[in-house]
Amino acid sequence: MSRTALLLLADGRFPAGGHAHSGGMEAAVASGSVHDTAGLEAFCRGRLHTAGLTAAGLAAAAATGHDPLALDEAADTRTPAPALRRVARRLGRQLMRAARATWPSTELDHLAHHRPQGAHQPVVLGVTARAAGLTPLDAAHAAAYDSVGGPATAAVRLLSLDPFEATAVLARLAEECDTVAGAAARAAERVAVEGVTVLPAASAPLLDITGEQHAARPVRLFAS
Amino acid sequence: MTAAAAQTPAGDLPKPRPHPAGVRATARLRATHNGRATTLPLLHSDGPFHLRRLRPRGERARVCVLGAMSAPLGGDRLALDITAEAHTRLEVTTSAATIALRGSTTDPATYDVRLTVGEHASLNWLPQPLISARGSTLHQTYEVDLAKTSRLLLREEQLLGRTAEPSGHLSTRLTVRRDGRPVLDQHTVYGAPAPAWDGPAVLGGHRATGQLLLVAPEPVPLPEPVLLGEPERGHCVLAPLAEGTALLATAVAPTPTRLRDLLDTALAHVSDAATSPSR
Repeated sequence: MSRTALLLLADGRFPAGGHAHSGGMEAAVASGSVHDTAGLEAFCRGRLHTAGLTAAGLAAAAATGHDPLALDEAADTRTPAPALRRVARRLGRQLMRAARATWPSTELDHLAHHRPQGAHQPVVLGVTARAAGLTPLDAAHAAAYDSVGGPATAAVRLLSLDPFEATAVLARLAEECDTVAGAAARAAERVAVEGVTVLPAASAPLLDITGEQHAARPVRLFAS
Repeated sequence: MTAAAAQTPAGDLPKPRPHPAGVRATARLRATHNGRATTLPLLHSDGPFHLRRLRPRGERARVCVLGAMSAPLGGDRLALDITAEAHTRLEVTTSAATIALRGSTTDPATYDVRLTVGEHASLNWLPQPLISARGSTLHQTYEVDLAKTSRLLLREEQLLGRTAEPSGHLSTRLTVRRDGRPVLDQHTVYGAPAPAWDGPAVLGGHRATGQLLLVAPEPVPLPEPVLLGEPERGHCVLAPLAEGTALLATAVAPTPTRLRDLLDTALAHVSDAATSPSR
């Protein structure tokens, strides 16, 4: 396994289109529920342990080589908000394009062929990690970190927060990201035998509600 | 926040041993269709669940679950098993809110609801809210198994703490399958030590949350997601699941009354969608 491959995959500059998404942060700012660094931290912590954990489980399971189409369906059943399903598939399609150019693999080709409109992003992330020679735990780390990195970067732009403070929030969440990634990877180890129901399905009502509200807004800075 | 505080994935749910003082009870209810009407050949009350027949409403048999004792308390292991067999029409309610209390131990309590609905059968599960009182720990599961032609209307409401008290710890895993395939898989965890459960990504300071789920045999037309309410007074989204014949409303609100208002409004939209000429 190459540690540098993980850095490359988790790098915000990896051309997978994530910069256009705030992970629910813009909606939270618009509703007035996040207006400072403390709010950013509470938001990120909540997202990490819900949507982040669920995404990390799917990514880790995909990285074990489990059937990505079954995992894509599992992602659908874990994403009740249609706006968030659309976003996950759009991000999945963009990641797929970058991944196939970066780490060509028949498994990526297979998934792209069966989901031309895009598979859920965490599933693509897991298959990508596998193509890059990374482990399921690596994939879970990338997904967990992605679940907080996006909102933190967006908060800096939306609230003109001090970027040093926003980065310090991410540093404070590092240990919890590790915990979430570890739990996700342990669940993923059991998928082959016990099926996708063992994967985390943690959900957050407000992310679903505001995700749908945000999609209905005519003017917005971020796509989600 | 420590490692132990992290939400555990469903497969890692702790399997609490029943406390010596804990109640173990499984109430069972089975509805069948005798060719003319829905009948209730099995009404097995147990522990805190007393099952009582109510007057039918039209074709729909109705049963109320009365609380026969304070439950769930720490260490209790409770289950409610409801089966609506083929062609039946059944509605099950509860007489009062279910209050999870700490009891004499801090051990977790478990409450498992299994709903099984047969071909061409219709089940409404419309209980009163579950209240997670200070100091309590409850692990709740909903396992819903539907046939291809089943219809389900499910409402669940959760209040996190009674007035002016901190919430207990409440975890709920909801799994809905239709014809063996998953339709909805959800796990929520509220109350300390769940991380940031009252933060702006999860409940945002609201203390009441709930869902209304409709699964129908045929597609339910809902042209646009329905957005209700506003952030401070509570809000709700009603939208289709990936499985196009299912609609889910998700709501958060500051009070149980406001929550019920939102879910009732969502229900009115659901009823409109379900009765409007489809396709």
